[in-house]
Amino acid sequence: MTIPATAQRSLVSRLSARMDWRSNIIYVAFIAVFILFAITLGNDGFLSGNNLLNIVRQTATISVMAVAMTFVIANAEIDLSVGSIAGLSSVVTALTITHVGLVPGILAGLLSGAVVGAINGGLVAILKVPSFLVTLGMLGLAAGLAQWITGSAPQPITNDLYVEVFGGGDLGPVPGLLIWTAVAVATGWVVMNRTRYGRRVLATGGNPTAAAYTGIRTAKIKFLVLLTSGVVAALAGMLYAGRLESGRFQWGQGDELTVIAAVILGGTSLFGGRGAIIGTLFGSLFMGLINNGLILAGLDVAQQQVVRGAIIIAAVALSRKR
Amino acid sequence: MVETAAPPAVRMRDIVKNFGPVEVLKKVDIDIRAGEVHALAGENGAGKSTLMKVLQGVYPITSGTIEVRGEPIVIRDTSDAERAGIGMVFQEFSLIPSMTVAQNIALNRERLGRFGLVDDKAAEVEARRIFEDLGVELDPRATVGTLGTAYWQLVEIAKALAKDATVLVMDEPTASLAKHEVENLFRIIEKLKDRGIAIVYISHRMDEIRRIADRITVLRDGSVVLSDTIESSSSAQIIEAIIGRRLATELVYRDRGADRGAPVLLEALGIASDHVLRDVHLSVRAGEIVGLAGLMGSGRTEFARVVSGMDRPTKGQLRIDGRKVVFSSTQKAQRAGVALIPEDRREQGLVLEHSVSDNLVLPVLDSIMSGPFISRAKTSRVTGDLVSRFGIKASDPFAPVSLLSGGNQQKVVVAKWINTQPRVLVMDEPTAGVDIGTKTEILEMVREFASQGNGVLFISSELPELLAVSDRIVVLRGGTTYRELERSDIESEEQLQLIIQGEPA
Repeated sequence: MTIPATAQRSLVSRLSARMDWRSNIIYVAFIAVFILFAITLGNDGFLSGNNLLNIVRQTATISVMAVAMTFVIANAEIDLSVGSIAGLSSVVTALTITHVGLVPGILAGLLSGAVVGAINGGLVAILKVPSFLVTLGMLGLAAGLAQWITGSAPQPITNDLYVEVFGGGDLGPVPGLLIWTAVAVATGWVVMNRTRYGRRVLATGGNPTAAAYTGIRTAKIKFLVLLTSGVVAALAGMLYAGRLESGRFQWGQGDELTVIAAVILGGTSLFGGRGAIIGTLFGSLFMGLINNGLILAGLDVAQQQVVRGAIIIAAVALSRKR
Repeated sequence: MVETAAPPAVRMRDIVKNFGPVEVLKKVDIDIRAGEVHALAGENGAGKSTLMKVLQGVYPITSGTIEVRGEPIVIRDTSDAERAGIGMVFQEFSLIPSMTVAQNIALNRERLGRFGLVDDKAAEVEARRIFEDLGVELDPRATVGTLGTAYWQLVEIAKALAKDATVLVMDEPTASLAKHEVENLFRIIEKLKDRGIAIVYISHRMDEIRRIADRITVLRDGSVVLSDTIESSSSAQIIEAIIGRRLATELVYRDRGADRGAPVLLEALGIASDHVLRDVHLSVRAGEIVGLAGLMGSGRTEFARVVSGMDRPTKGQLRIDGRKVVFSSTQKAQRAGVALIPEDRREQGLVLEHSVSDNLVLPVLDSIMSGPFISRAKTSRVTGDLVSRFGIKASDPFAPVSLLSGGNQQKVVVAKWINTQPRVLVMDEPTAGVDIGTKTEILEMVREFASQGNGVLFISSELPELLAVSDRIVVLRGGTTYRELERSDIESEEQLQLIIQGEPA
């Protein structure tokens, strides 16, 4: 242990104990950007209740996936396949509802995510393949499968109850998607912070050797985390299907990057051991805020992508220690 | 010491452990009694760690029996060992930095409160109780990552105690502790002894063993070569048991007749820096080994960093051959002939996944080129030459350096830098965690290097080795040069220790 390193670390830790800016930067950024947009885009309808609810609606699927991704990243793994799983589950649900029925459709959608998640988790936990590679492969595989079984055609959903529950409907003045988001975040927070499972996820991500010596079955934890991520991504795909009244292989395409950016921006360590669920929610809302603002500001899709990419890079840079 | 008829806390008999065809433990017998500190000594690779890992359930034994308090048990995995009351304080700490002290102590056996949710308050109460019993002040809610290493160790001890450990294995517990922290640890060990806890104390440091242990077992090549009380074994006997037939005289100073009039190679005049250093003066002559002594935080490592170009001084001057130099990078320092062997070989000295050969040739790539390409023939020649010259025990020089023992890894680091033909070699704790046999070999390499007319700045907290190689010793204190001593003026280790502690000697 070198003295300057200790001195520096204690200085850094003293500073971060006082402001902990790395994990709280998202709140500052969120408020700053919100005020910025309120001033510059107030006349373009940014502040209207409808627009703000729209931001929540459009980010709901991202928020839900990001909650599960927080566990994955806190566990020092990554899941690049969530967007493709969402697309796959949307078409599986739509096809099954049309050809079999509502309940089988819902189950089939969740099952598709469970199968992909179990394959991801099994390869990582048992065969020790890095999750980056496994889920990168699965990103293409699941998307291709969704496109293949539908012949690239959209699959309409005509079941009103499904649409009502999975994202299309409102509960009084409250959009259903807001409720889904709230449930996902609340569940995620309790599991992460107040259950043994959450502790084991954080321990495995924070120091896998120590976790193993403590008697934690780290392979099992990795498996469960990736399995859950698959199931939750499938749920997100079903919310897409409900909101847009159809299953399509494109739903969720590219979401993995937005989801990961939201989690990292929220203060979860890319190196594992820390998982900030509330931060993740704000990270996700922040991404939605940026999208919304950039559209209102009249930027085209290409320009939006450039700005979004820059934000992802900034998020990773800020999450780095020292 | 407890002399009773009660069965020992742990009795291991005829323990054999094979890794493939390699026999690492050859019928080892050891008894660890309740309420004693049992020192376990031996060179790296003698089987100490393997024996303890077997007890810990990390590896299954090949054959033999283990009894805990008279009951024969089978230890298949770490949870079996835990149930038997065997706890381990790891050398490479096994805590989760992002969690709090209390969360770490309770990890994987968290108490559940309402709705089956984890009860952190109960964990904090438990942690506080354990620390109170030990007489330690530590906030259970502090995040482990923000604490110093000494506290990590306390948390590890508390974690083992929370699992009702009756046997505690400590692997090199003082390796990264400052002096007062060592005192604190010894105080805690005494308390644990009083409670009847058996402690296995793995250490290379003879003074600590003499001070804290009741009995000692020495392993060599997988067999017990000494097992006795501390009182009835002399240090010489213990060292001989550890190193075998080899002579233990290398840790004695030999005057190599360094020329006091030789030109000064490296000179530091009033060096100050952002961290710690305030006013350091010293010089190293050609052919001379200068020892740099001081307490933790006295500025030894910081000075090494400045001399080797890692940090810039804010004040003062560095001179090489009497000419002022400014090192803006380590490359500049190396070109001027200054090489640093850093403190932490695994983090700073080696690319662990790369082969022995790749590590050796890394700083001298230019010399093994054939046109624009690296020449395999030249690489092999350089590697073979260094491996034999420095006695590196590597069955395959093209296998990852991480497979070598700690001592051999350190030889690779030393060989790698001496091969760059520096004129001044700065060594920061070059024998940390290295067994005594390898240590004497490394010290001999240093002597030989200096005798060729080069200068060495040798930083160490181990006074015997500092006294064994240094022609002169500079003592730092609070970032300033406190004393400068000719080797011949130092009569004993105690005298040097007093000076380092800042007491009038």
